[in-house]
Amino acid sequence: MASIEIISPLPGIFYRRPSPESDAFANEGDQVDNNSVIGLIEVMKQFSDLTADTKGKLIRFCVEDSEPVEPGQVIALIDVEE
Amino acid sequence: MSIKVIKPGLATSVQDKGREGYYHLGIPPSGAMDQYAMTLANLLLKNDENAAVLECALLGPELLFQQDAMVAICGARMVPKIDGQIMPLDTVLDIKAGQTLRFNYPTSGARAYLAVAGGIDVPMALGSRSTYTLGSLGGHEGRRLIAGDELPIGQPNAHCQVGQSLPEEFITNIGKETILRIIPGMYIHRLTDDAVERFYEDSWTVGSEADRIGYRFKDGRPMDFIPRKPPFGAGSDPSNIVDACYPIGSIQIPAGKEPIVLHRDAVSGGGYATIGTVISTDMDLIGQMQPNYKAQFKPISMAEALTARKLKQEKLQRVRERLKHS
Repeated sequence: MASIEIISPLPGIFYRRPSPESDAFANEGDQVDNNSVIGLIEVMKQFSDLTADTKGKLIRFCVEDSEPVEPGQVIALIDVEE
Repeated sequence: MSIKVIKPGLATSVQDKGREGYYHLGIPPSGAMDQYAMTLANLLLKNDENAAVLECALLGPELLFQQDAMVAICGARMVPKIDGQIMPLDTVLDIKAGQTLRFNYPTSGARAYLAVAGGIDVPMALGSRSTYTLGSLGGHEGRRLIAGDELPIGQPNAHCQVGQSLPEEFITNIGKETILRIIPGMYIHRLTDDAVERFYEDSWTVGSEADRIGYRFKDGRPMDFIPRKPPFGAGSDPSNIVDACYPIGSIQIPAGKEPIVLHRDAVSGGGYATIGTVISTDMDLIGQMQPNYKAQFKPISMAEALTARKLKQEKLQRVRERLKHS
């Protein structure tokens, strides 16, 4: 197993759910693939999807919901089969 | 022949030095938020200094060049890649027809300026090619770029040289903490002395909504306005006044909570007391602030502001001389 870092390309606020009442896009332990949305980054009055861009198991979020993030910051770790 | 937009990036728009002379009619200057970086990119290519460029905010675009071109990228540290190969910033780059230009995420700064030899040749609107998105004016169809757009390029200057780069000393070092110099006024007398002190003492964090219209700052202590009975025509909030003009760079503090600095796409007036104005020289610095960067506001005199502006102009003059003779 190798672990891949999902990084944020944007500064802003990281959200794990599409709206405060909704379920999280993804949880630790979930299987994800290239197109899986794992969160949103809010910046300049726009919300951009953050996708896993890789197939594997989401093992950990490194940022809390609604926390500020900077470009290049690791958001989550994904375990992939080698 | 042109540049085709494959992915637009977060907020990419055509900008030049801006559209002066219409603010009294409600049309703001627009133009590059970091005028210095935009000018450097044009100077490298031996373009007219007012040639239109692409302002690439936070997340750069992906562009397919449908003709050979020379480009230069200055401002935010967003490393360019041509067909996947990493290329230098602040340097004249050669792009062949069929090649794709992409950008890495910004390691510092918020806006990269992509100039193309010959300039982005969109039509002039009221004397400028700058995009004013709120008014759907200028630039490419009066809006930010979207996928599929094709941008025409003007005729390059014959003296433009691939590989020419900017001497290190002229590159602005963009930090995560900035001091913004301001001239206090017109309505700073409406704040209590305590509030004024806090405003200068506190470290202010750029909010995530900061854009070309204005920058909102958070995480400072709230500020009190001197109590008064609102005059006729003013709103009931203590931060309200009877409507007045808003200079570019002016600072308002709605409800005494989060200061907003207006930038180049701002509205021209309204009913908030403006407690000071960021000096024109430091407006470039705001254009390079990412959300979560920090600023402190420092009051200076008009004489000091004019000196700062003169120093900046002299620096630009030295760039012109250096690039002319190389």
